[in-house]
This record gives sequence, structure tokens and C-alpha cells, in this order.
Amino acid sequence: MKKKKFTAFDMVLLIFMLVVVVVTLYPFLNILAISFNDATDTARGGLHIFPRQFTWANYEYIFNGNDRLLGAFGMSVLRTVVGTATGILASTMLAYTLSRRDFVFNGPVSFILVITMFVSGGLIPEFLLIRELGLMNNFLVYILPMLLNAFNVIVIRSFMDGIPIALTESAKMDGAHDFTIFWKIIIPLSLPVIATVSLFLAVGQWNNWFDTYLYARANENLTTLQFELMKILDNTQMSGGDITSGNAEYVAGRTNPQSIQMAITIIATVPILMVYPFLQRYFVTGLTLGAVKS
Amino acid sequence: MSKHTTTVTVGGTASKNARKLTVASNRQSFFKRMMSQKMLIAMSLPFVLWLIIFRYIPVVGWLMAFQDYKPQNGFFGNEWVGLKHFRDLFNEPTFFRALENTIGMGVLGLVFTTLAAITFALLLNEMRFLKFKKLTQTISYLPHFVSWVIVANIVTTMLSIEGPINGLLTSIGILDDPINFMAKPGMFWGIVTSAEVWKSTGWNAIIYFAAMAGIDPQLYEAAKVDGASRLRQMWHITLPSIRSVIIVLLILSIGNLINIGFEKQMLLGNNIVMDKAIVIDLYALNYGIGMFRYSFGTAIGIFKSVVSVILILIANGFAKKIGEGRVF
Repeated sequence: MKKKKFTAFDMVLLIFMLVVVVVTLYPFLNILAISFNDATDTARGGLHIFPRQFTWANYEYIFNGNDRLLGAFGMSVLRTVVGTATGILASTMLAYTLSRRDFVFNGPVSFILVITMFVSGGLIPEFLLIRELGLMNNFLVYILPMLLNAFNVIVIRSFMDGIPIALTESAKMDGAHDFTIFWKIIIPLSLPVIATVSLFLAVGQWNNWFDTYLYARANENLTTLQFELMKILDNTQMSGGDITSGNAEYVAGRTNPQSIQMAITIIATVPILMVYPFLQRYFVTGLTLGAVKS
Repeated sequence: MSKHTTTVTVGGTASKNARKLTVASNRQSFFKRMMSQKMLIAMSLPFVLWLIIFRYIPVVGWLMAFQDYKPQNGFFGNEWVGLKHFRDLFNEPTFFRALENTIGMGVLGLVFTTLAAITFALLLNEMRFLKFKKLTQTISYLPHFVSWVIVANIVTTMLSIEGPINGLLTSIGILDDPINFMAKPGMFWGIVTSAEVWKSTGWNAIIYFAAMAGIDPQLYEAAKVDGASRLRQMWHITLPSIRSVIIVLLILSIGNLINIGFEKQMLLGNNIVMDKAIVIDLYALNYGIGMFRYSFGTAIGIFKSVVSVILILIANGFAKKIGEGRVF
């Protein structure tokens, strides 16, 4: 087979894609540079993708100088780990009962689940419910309201539908309980879809700031990185987007809220950056499957 | 005559008895099956309860919109006021501004994110260098995974007075002096839409890209024999092949035009641009929770759901008309 010619059209495509890559990555690299640059030097402007006066000061401030920010980091990690683990356990367990065609309540339970994809109570009733349940300023407010999502359950169930029934039948012959079958056979065979949904759950947990804002603002122990970032952003926005207005508490030090803001941004981005490329294969399939089903 | 009647009665009784028997045995086998599936029931029951508490009770909360709900009265001790809160809503000028902003940013967002995703998928599909193609796609997903807080942070940094965009525009002479983009109400919709395009293009393109992978290569071979250029192949083969995917996704998003949320507006907005930034959900949040007007806030939620259902029905009817089949 002869090699295809490299045409002008290919050149235009290549340049276009390079522009896409630059536009996507430049903001992250710029913020990375600012986060490693001396705060007073940054105020002079003109910083691109390399720091001019390298410093660890902004990160040191987060990890050594400030208990609240360190706590926020820990809370972000904790809610992500616990929220993902409980969420994936709940979704796979419910999905398994729904993948069992012989389950006597399959119809009604599926119905109850699917309706929630189309009807939602809305912001205020949900807020009042959380308050009535006593979840305000409680760690459980990060876990319980997000335990299940109909879309995820359906994606997992579709995957489980593809597992050959012979595998579970033989286990049943040997007298295995339904839970044993789920735990010992179904879970190990469903790892690709579990990886996909776990990624979505983890990203959702890690990125959530609004539940902290609405339900856990009063408890400083429950603050998260995203919420701290939101608060700094809010202060900047109050001054009409003028990023130069400093905060007196930092002026004497080697750093300022804007540089810390950039360091927090990097800390909040890096875990995602490390995880998603490796799960790409799975989520592309998961997404296509989900789209076809719905 | 009487003989005939008897036969009928006998036959009737017999079949009735038979039916009774099957019902009884069905009930028995249902009961038996239920008993043998105790474990499955135990595995789903907690989650059914969860669904009822966290997803169904809030819907029952809609009743609040027709009451003067006060938390101290509990759920049942409130005065019924009919449509009062809806009347109040339609008498608020801020509500109509919020509606205008929601629809405005919703339509802009839908049009530009869809166009960007299709264009990106089309061009990526034509790329020759496989390694670079894969890498570009991986990089294009990145913004989807970061939160709106981070995106808002990136946007304000990029658009700040000493930021790169101002630097670029002043150095090539488009601007004489740097401008404070975030304080210009007229630019707010554009900024939100650009941020949305930046965040979602790569991710939204996945589905179009997957649809393009399913196109029969023979179509392209035939077109090549006929001397069609690659641009013409894209226009006459690739685009028509993903037409139904585009239409289905458009219909699904039209129902959500009014559900654009509040995150972007809340994070990117400030007091100077508030007239252009206030959207329905933000309005419900400020009035419903911020000012403790729970019933009023719930009425806003109901209004949104009704509009959303109407939009879906319109879009669905439209799809039927142009012969793409209904989505529901």
C-alpha cells in the first residue's frame, strides 16, 4: 500500500490541532508558573509558562503555614475516598439486583429508579430535606445525598447484562447465595465499568464545592479545597475582578492570596490529571454505551 | 334453553375455577420466589428507601409552593394560598431579567458548544498522525474533569488586567489599553459561553467521534473514485452519517435549555455585571434560601420544570416532523 501524500489540507489540520492543544494547556501552564513564582514579582505581569523567580513559598503556606488549608486538602481526599467507595458499592449492588431478570421486584424497583432521571424536586425542597434530616454541617452531607444516580446504575446494569448467565448458574448449583455470587463473581467481572463509574464519582466528589457552600459552611472542619478556592475567587470578584487588590494579612509575607489561589488550583487539578488519562479507554466505552441506552 | 344455560354455567364455573387455581398457584410461586430471593430483596431495599427519601420526598415538597411555608409550622400546619407565589413571581421584574439571561446564555451555550464539538470531531477524524491524534484527544478531555471553580479561576486569571489576553491584544495593537473584561456587563454572556466551549468541546466530541468510527469505509472509497475532495467527503458523507446523533443530542439538550444551573454565573459573576449574570437558579437560591422565602423558591423550581417539559414536547414534535423519529 502506498503512503498517502501529505497535503496542504493536512497541514491546516495539524496547525488547527496545535492551536487547540495550546489553548487547552496554556492556562494550566500559566497558572503552574504563577504558583511557583514569587508573589511580588508576579504582580509585575508578563509571566507565561515559566516562573521568573522560582519559589516554594505558596505551597509552603498551604502545607505548613495554614491549618485550614491543610485540613481542606485532607477533607477533599476523605470525601472523595469515602464518597466513591460507598457510591460504587451502592450502585453495583442495586444494578446487580436489576440485572437479575428473575428478581420478583425487578419491575417496580426499575420503575422507581428510572423516574428519578426525569423528575427532581429542585433546590429548595432538597435543601429543606437535608436540614430536616439533621445533615447540616455533618460529614454525611457529602456522602448520603449523592449515594445513587440512576444513570450510573443503568450503565452498570447494561454491562452486567453482558455477563454470561452460565457463570452464575453453576455457582448457584454449588449452593452460593446471591450476595456471594455478586461479590465473588459479578464484581470481579465488572471491573471495567466499575473503573468508569468510580472515576465519575471521584471527580464529582473532588470537584464539588456547592454542597459545602450550602450545607457545611458553618463547620470549618468540613471545608474543602474547592470551597476555599471558591472563597478566594469570590473575594477577588467582589473587587470587580481586579486581581491586584491585596489582602493585608499577607502583604508582609512572601506570598499573597492570588498566588496561593494558583497553588490551590494546581493542587486541585493534579490528582485529576494523574488519573483520567489511564481510565480513558474505559470511560469512552462507558459513555457511548450509556448514550446508546438512553 | 335451560339445558343450554346449564352448560354455559358449568363451563363458566369450570374456567373460573381454573383461573382461580392458576392465580393461586401464581401467588404461591410468587410468594415462594420472594422467600427464595430474600437476599436480593435485602440488597435492593435500602436503596429503594434511599430513592424515596432523597428523590421522591423533595417532589412532594412541591406542595410548599401553594402554601405559605414556615419551617416552625412543620409540613402540614401551613396556610394554603393557591397560586399566590406564582402571581408574585410574574410581577417581579428581576424574574424576567433572570429568565432572559437563562434563555440567552442557554441558547448561546447550546449553539456554540454543539458547533465546536462537531467541528472538532470532524477535523480530528481527518487527522493523519495517529499518535498526535490520540494525544490531542486526551488533552481535549482535560477541561471537562476540572471543576467550574477552577475554570472560573482560570478565566479570571486569563482575562485580568495584567493577564495574557490583555497582554496579547495590546501587543498586537487591537487594544490601546488593557480592559477589565470581568467588569463589562456586555461581555458577560460571551465570557460564559467561551468558558463553556473551552471546558466541554473535547468531551462532547467523544460521542460524535464514536459515531464517525461506525461509518462504512466503502462510502469514502466510492466517493474517492468519483473524485470527491476530502472537504466534500466530510460534507457529503461524514456529516450526513452523524445527522441522527446530532438531532437526538440537540433534542435532549433543548429540554435542558432552562436547566443551565447557576455555577458558571455564580462563580464568574460579580455585582457590576449582575444584571447580565442573574439566572433563574441563582435567583431561586438568593430569594428562596438567602431570604428564607421557601415557598417562593419552590414555585420558581416548578415553573422551571413546566417550561422544561414544554420545551421537550416541542423539540420532540419537531423531530417527528423532520422524520428523525421521536426520542421518547
